[in-house]
Amino acid sequence: MNGADYDYLCKLLKTRSGLVLSAEKHYLAESRRLPLARRERLQNLAGLVARLRAPDAEPLIVEVVEAMTTNESFFFRDKLPFEHFRDAIMPALLSARSATRRVRIWCAAAATGQEPYSLAMTLREMSKDLRGWRIEIVATDLSTGVLEKARSGIYSQFEVQRGLPALMLIKYFAQIGEIWQIAPEFCAMVKFMPFNLLNDFASLGRFDVVLCRNVLIYFDQTTKIGVLERIAGVTERDGFLVLGGAETVVGLTDRFRPMPDKRGVYCQPGYLAAEATPESNILKFSAMPRVAGATGR
Amino acid sequence: MRSCLVVDDSSVIRKVARRILEGMQFEITEAEDGEQALGACQRQLPDAILLDWNMPKMDGYEFLKALRRLPGGDRPIVVSCTTENDVAHIARALHAGANEYIMKPFDREIVAAKFEEVGLM
Repeated sequence: MNGADYDYLCKLLKTRSGLVLSAEKHYLAESRRLPLARRERLQNLAGLVARLRAPDAEPLIVEVVEAMTTNESFFFRDKLPFEHFRDAIMPALLSARSATRRVRIWCAAAATGQEPYSLAMTLREMSKDLRGWRIEIVATDLSTGVLEKARSGIYSQFEVQRGLPALMLIKYFAQIGEIWQIAPEFCAMVKFMPFNLLNDFASLGRFDVVLCRNVLIYFDQTTKIGVLERIAGVTERDGFLVLGGAETVVGLTDRFRPMPDKRGVYCQPGYLAAEATPESNILKFSAMPRVAGATGR
Repeated sequence: MRSCLVVDDSSVIRKVARRILEGMQFEITEAEDGEQALGACQRQLPDAILLDWNMPKMDGYEFLKALRRLPGGDRPIVVSCTTENDVAHIARALHAGANEYIMKPFDREIVAAKFEEVGLM
């Protein structure tokens, strides 16, 4: 593929999804587009680019963008954010939302569903504290293909062994031959829908927790700032943002601040100021006992 | 360096597991069946045990029960690693005292994920 074709693909990807293709990701992108080129009976990627430039290419463009933006995912990825969710975020919200008993959570890059289902399983393990509560998990992704898989709740033996404790596997999944399907109660807890992070967020409603993990890393500075500002616009004043391990708000927006001792968790500046007062929720929840882990020895 | 006892009647599996675990900075000893493994544990308890299920002489289940009765036998972290890939076997292993369960075939990523899960990494 020549430089002009490569530039064309990069530009297409940037306009459609906000993703910036760095030099290291070049190989990855190529390996993802080749099967599409083959299916279209094209000799190589240059042929694919030519097809994309032709009129009526829209369906193929959508597929190519999806193929290039699909990222691998696993259950309880990085572990720590889910411990913060269970031990800090949820206890704070249980206290702050005790009047409405309603919590809305948004997984902004849900991919094949492991992240929202990990949250759903975490909530299930806390169910005795959540009686009478309505917890809604909205899970979005740019790719309709991955959402279809996510909705099915079906995973391979390989996928269920990455991050998912064996105890949770046998408690919450049904085995169908070589594959495993998550119990219907978890599918019912998560609302999957396609959504592009470059669009306006107002249609999604407001959230108490937003997880936007391992997606900002693919965006350029301006896009990162835009996404974070729009997230701030739909997050409740005392809500939380969770980013991926290699991501931060620092230097991008002052609408979120890192929470001390809660790596990867961010809240809005007014909320941190309230921390200093003894009635604050943060003090309350830091004094709460730890919820027993599901993975205890 | 942490120690791991690899228990499997297949020398090929032991070799693959050894290579993966040595890459994760474990010092490896091997046993061909439950009886040998129990002897090894009576001499010195390892930090971790990667345990096959179906073996001659003493199977994984019998070994696990015997291990947990040894003085200090509750300490080693046991990860079952077997071709028995159904809910009943997983439940039985966890009930008998296994800390985690790997369904064969496995690769480096799965071993690393499971060892991380039980706090060995």
